[in-house]
Amino acid sequence: MITGEDLEKRYGRKRALQGVSFDLPRRGFLLVTGPNGSGKTTLLRLVAGLSAPTRGTLTVDGERVDLGYVGHEPLLYRELTALENLDLFGRLYRVPERRERSGMLLERFGLWDVRADRVSTFSRGMTQRLALCRALLHDPSLLVLDEPFTALDDDGAALLDGELASLAGERTIVLSTHDPARVAPLATHTLALT
Amino acid sequence: MSSRNSLPILAFSAAGLLGVAVVLALLVAPEDADQGVSQRIFYFHVPIALTAYACFGLGAWKALRLLWVGGERRDLESYTWIHQGTIFGALTLITGSIWAKASWGVWWSWGSNQLVLFLVLFLFYCAYFMLRFSIEEGSRRERICAVYALFGVALIPVSFFAIRLASDFIHPTVFTRDGPQMTGSMFGAFLVCWAAITLLAYVMYRTELVGKRTDANLRELREALS
Amino acid sequence: MNALALYTADVVALARKDLKLELRARDTLPAMLLFVLSTLAVFHFALPAGTGDDAAFGLLWIAIVFTALLGLARAWAPEREGGALDGLVLAPCDRSAIWLGKTLATLAFLAAAELVALPAFALLFAPVDLVAVAGVALASIGICAVGSLLAAMAAASRGREVILPLLFLPLAIPLVVGGVGAGISPEGATYLSFLGLYDLVFAILAWATFEYVVTE
Repeated sequence: MITGEDLEKRYGRKRALQGVSFDLPRRGFLLVTGPNGSGKTTLLRLVAGLSAPTRGTLTVDGERVDLGYVGHEPLLYRELTALENLDLFGRLYRVPERRERSGMLLERFGLWDVRADRVSTFSRGMTQRLALCRALLHDPSLLVLDEPFTALDDDGAALLDGELASLAGERTIVLSTHDPARVAPLATHTLALT
Repeated sequence: MSSRNSLPILAFSAAGLLGVAVVLALLVAPEDADQGVSQRIFYFHVPIALTAYACFGLGAWKALRLLWVGGERRDLESYTWIHQGTIFGALTLITGSIWAKASWGVWWSWGSNQLVLFLVLFLFYCAYFMLRFSIEEGSRRERICAVYALFGVALIPVSFFAIRLASDFIHPTVFTRDGPQMTGSMFGAFLVCWAAITLLAYVMYRTELVGKRTDANLRELREALS
Repeated sequence: MNALALYTADVVALARKDLKLELRARDTLPAMLLFVLSTLAVFHFALPAGTGDDAAFGLLWIAIVFTALLGLARAWAPEREGGALDGLVLAPCDRSAIWLGKTLATLAFLAAAELVALPAFALLFAPVDLVAVAGVALASIGICAVGSLLAAMAAASRGREVILPLLFLPLAIPLVVGGVGAGISPEGATYLSFLGLYDLVFAILAWATFEYVVTE
């Protein structure tokens, strides 16, 4: 499904990623670990197609539409409500029955009560939950999650745990985290960056 | 291998041709009946202007290829052509200004469409450099600069028409500004100058490109070793 | 739904989003309105007595261009604040739809500012005829089409909003020529055609190249 060969990403003189290779089959779960500055975010952005490698090849089977991405930024509009955000992205991602699906996800992540509140009023944890809703909205077959547990409180983290447990084995997942112990049982492949 | 060798030969040829051109323009060519000595700068001013246009055009072409096909090489080439274009654009403004002073007694005339056009282009391409140096190196910067270069080349004809229109009402053309009528030998001198300046631009382009590529290679080596 | 209908729906959804955001935040549009009126007031004091109407018309265009810059500087702010631009880029919609939606929204704000500026100008300085208004309309299209792309470029740079006027002003010069000409020249139609040409050339160029500005 995803093959990376000798990937390198340079920003001018700075080399964020070097000599990274991996092979992830469909429905695999790739756990990316490494200290700060090791290039986890860079790698995940490459996989998501938000940037291109300066050297090496990266092949991702599937179309752009079939990808759900959670990054360091929530990728949301702060002054729109939760529902409006999901409605807009649902429309752009051609999600069938997007109202129902939005409602279902909001409920699943405990955001139903605040669905009509603007994202700027949310806590960081709530924003992160909404970002997860946005990523899952179109039921993508590839999930790229960059430290998704950041800012989540215990409840939120538990919700994400449950979500990952149900998705692992059904979808292809690439996940980076500081706390590998949490998701290690679900992972089929690991990649440690230095 | 051969391209590396040809550069010194080209450089000497350019210098030689330029010397011939200067002699032709300043000494050999007959003096213009109307404008006198000041007309001689025309031999340089027009080729410099034409060369500047060519450089901008080539910069835009390389930019287009970069967007279509990609490659860091084309980014450097596009940038270097635009750099040369800006240098020759500045020279156009300077030589044009000198000509204006010699012909009409003023250092600047808004009635001179060519000069005004170059002022607009000069401002545009100066902004190109400001843009380039304010974005971090990488494929993002390459693409953005390439798109801007394309806008530049589209601006040239549009500005030309705009300035033509503007001169109708905004700045009445006090001085008629036809190119001097050239006799046969004058035209010959003009062609030699044009060839010399074109060659000069090409040599400057190649030299700068070699310098930039060497810089890039050096950086890569340094990193590979560290 | 066929491709064109989808494209249009995307553009409309994106433009409506911007209008909705501005209606809530209410920071850019009031600033533009106030700015254009203040500028006209400054011009009154800047113009010496006996200056013709034509000169005043030129100053109107300066006011329009700088008011537009004010709006354009904030054009991509909502996308920047939440990182939403990446979300739009990842979506299956055409990247040029992002540009078109933003252009239409910016155009709406600029038009609102002009609806205030033109009557104010007619009241304070000189009458404005239909050809002049057509000139303002056509030039505004060009301003927003080019401006929203340049604003996206500026957003990627360290200089941020500071660099936007530098990028924009040389490209705005033909628009000012067209707009002023439409207002004061007896052959206004020529200038209107010229503005149409500018809009066509640069809108197509912006539409085609926006993709490369927002992707790597």
